[in-house]
Amino acid sequence: MAIVEAIRPTTDALMKTSAPKKPANLGQILRWLLLFAGGIAMIMPIAYMISTSLKWPHEVYNVNLIPREPTLENYTYVLEDGRFYMWFWNSIIIATITTVSNIFFDSLVGYTLCKFRFPGRYIIFIAILSTLMIPTEMLVIPWYLMSQQFGWLDTHWGIMFPGLMTAFGTFLMKQFFETVPDDFIEAARIDGLNELQIWWTVAMPLVKPALAALAIFVFLGNWTAFIWPLIVTNSTEMYTLPVGLSTFGDEADVAWELIMTGAAISTIPTLVVFLIFQRYIIQGVVMAGLKG
Amino acid sequence: MANVALRNLGKTFDKTTVLHDISLEVADGEFVVLVGPSGCGKSTTLRIIAGLEEATTGEVEIAGRVVNNLEPKERNIAMVFQNYAIYPHMSVRKNIGFGLRTSALSKPDRIKRLEEVAALLDMTDLLDRKPAQLSGGQRQRVAIGRAMVRDPAVFLFDEPLSNLDAQLRTQMRLEIKKLHQRVGNTIIFVTHDQVEAMTMADRIVILKDGVIQQVGTPSEVYHKPANTFVAGFIGAPSMNMMAATATSQGIRLFNGPTVALVQSDLTVGQPVTLGVRPDDLMVGTGQVLAEGQVVVQEPLGAETLIYVSVDGTEVIAKASGRTPPAVGETVRLGAATENLHLFDAATGAALR
Repeated sequence: MAIVEAIRPTTDALMKTSAPKKPANLGQILRWLLLFAGGIAMIMPIAYMISTSLKWPHEVYNVNLIPREPTLENYTYVLEDGRFYMWFWNSIIIATITTVSNIFFDSLVGYTLCKFRFPGRYIIFIAILSTLMIPTEMLVIPWYLMSQQFGWLDTHWGIMFPGLMTAFGTFLMKQFFETVPDDFIEAARIDGLNELQIWWTVAMPLVKPALAALAIFVFLGNWTAFIWPLIVTNSTEMYTLPVGLSTFGDEADVAWELIMTGAAISTIPTLVVFLIFQRYIIQGVVMAGLKG
Repeated sequence: MANVALRNLGKTFDKTTVLHDISLEVADGEFVVLVGPSGCGKSTTLRIIAGLEEATTGEVEIAGRVVNNLEPKERNIAMVFQNYAIYPHMSVRKNIGFGLRTSALSKPDRIKRLEEVAALLDMTDLLDRKPAQLSGGQRQRVAIGRAMVRDPAVFLFDEPLSNLDAQLRTQMRLEIKKLHQRVGNTIIFVTHDQVEAMTMADRIVILKDGVIQQVGTPSEVYHKPANTFVAGFIGAPSMNMMAATATSQGIRLFNGPTVALVQSDLTVGQPVTLGVRPDDLMVGTGQVLAEGQVVVQEPLGAETLIYVSVDGTEVIAKASGRTPPAVGETVRLGAATENLHLFDAATGAALR
C-alpha cells in the first residue's frame, strides 16, 4: 500500500509531463519500466484467475490469457452449488468476528501498554512481540491438541480462536497510540472521564486510520486463511471458502476452472472492504512507517 | 472559587529530586504565574496541583481541603494545556461541552452554559467547526472554553501561549487577563516567558532547579530581585552584573571606578556583584560605572540598545533612539545610585 503512495507522485508527474515539455531522462524511463514490470507481476495471477474461470475444462492447461471459447458456465455451476454459499457464510462469520475481536482487544491492550506506566509493562510487550517470531506451522499442533481437549474441533470457535487477538495488531495499535498526545488523555481525565471512557471516546477516534488498516489486514488474513481451517474442520459444512474451493474436482483431477471461479467470486467482499477503507489503510500504513 | 496552598511539596522521579520543599499560598481569585527556565519544576508543580502527578512529600490544599489523595476530576480544577489538547475529531461545540459530560446539569442547562461560554469567548459562530478549521488563537480559546464551562474553582494553565506567534501571544495574553478580571477565578499559570509573567500576574513565583527563588508582585521582583538569578531572569535584556569589592569609600568595580554606595553591613574587601539594568544605564549621566567602546547597536525605534565592551565583558546600556553613539565610539556609562543593585558575590543573595 505504501507503494500506492510512492507511485502517486510519479503518475502525477507522468500526467503533467505528457505535454511536450522536457523529454524523460533514462532514470525516469528505468523507473517506469520497473514499476510496469512490478505491476504486471502483480496483475498476472489475478488476470489468469479470471481467465481460467472463463475457460472450459479442456482449455484450462492452455497458457493463453484470452479464452478461445469464453463461458460463464463455471459461474453458473459454482453459484448453483449450495455448498459455495455455506462456505462463503462461514468465511464471512469467521472473518467478521475475528476482525471485530482484534479491533477491540488489540487496541485495548495496545492502549494499555502505551499509556499506562506499570511494572513489567516492557516485559509484557516484548513477550507479546516475541510470539510474532513463532511460525504458524509450529503453533498448529498445540492449537489442534487444545481444540481437541476443549471440544472445539470442527466448530466456528475452533477456527477463530487462534486469531481473536494478534501480536501484530497489538504492536500496530501500540505504535499508533504513541502518536496520541498524553495531553488529550490527561485533559479527559481532568474532565472526569474514567479510563475506559477515555480509551473509547478520546483515544479510539484518534487512531481510526490504524483501526481501518488493522480491520483490513485481519479481515483479509482470515478470509484467505487455509492451513488452520483445513486442519481443524472435518465436515464440509464447516469449511471456509478457501478450504471448500480446494475440494472442487474429484480424486482424479482438480477442477481448476471451478476453483478459480470460486476464488474470483470470493475476492468481491475483500475488494469491497478494501475500497471502503483504502484511504484509511494507505494513511495507516504510511503513518505506521513514519512512526514505527 | 478557591484558594490553593502548597505545603513543603517535594517530587522525586527515580533518584532525581525535581521539587524541593515548595510552599506557596495562592489567595482566592488571585492570578499567580510560575516562571522559570526549562527543568525548573514549574510544570511538575502544576501537574501535582492538577493531580496528574503525585507529590513525593508535602500537601496540596484546594479550597481548604487536602487533595493529595483525590483524583483530578475530584479536585474541581480545569487545565489548559500547551498544545491545547482539543479533540480533533469533535466540533468546537462538542469540545467545549466535553467538560460537562459528567456534570449534574440538565441538558437545557448544559446548552445554556455552553452558549454563555461561547459568547464570552466570542466563539458563537464557530461552534460547528472542527479544530482543523480554526486558527491557533481560536483553538486556544476553545481550550479555555472547555476549561471555563465547568466553572472550576481553580484554572491551571500550562504554557498555553507558547505555540502561538508573537502577535497572537500578545493578544491572547490580554484576553486571558481580561477574562480573569471578568470571571475572577483563581488562576495558576505556568510560563517560561518572563514578559508573560510580568504582564499578567498578580504575583510571580520564580523557580530554579525546583526551588522557589522569590515570590512577589511584578514590580517587587523587577525592582527588588532577591538574588542574581531573579535579577538576571526578570527583565529583558538581562541585568548587567559587574564584579566589585566593598571598600571604605563604597563599592570599587573590578578595574573600574569606585561607586559611592555605602552599605553598613559590608566588610571592607568583601567581594560583591553590582547589578544595573540596561534601562537604568545611560550614556554620560549619573554615577559613572564603566567606560568602553560600543561594539553593537540595536535600534528599537524610540531608543537604542548599545553593547559596550568594558574590560573584555559586554555591558548593555540604553541610548537615544535618534542620536545613538556610533559603533567604535568610546562612551562613559552611568546610572543613578538608587537604581543600583548589590548582591553577595558568593551566594548571589541581594544585599540592598
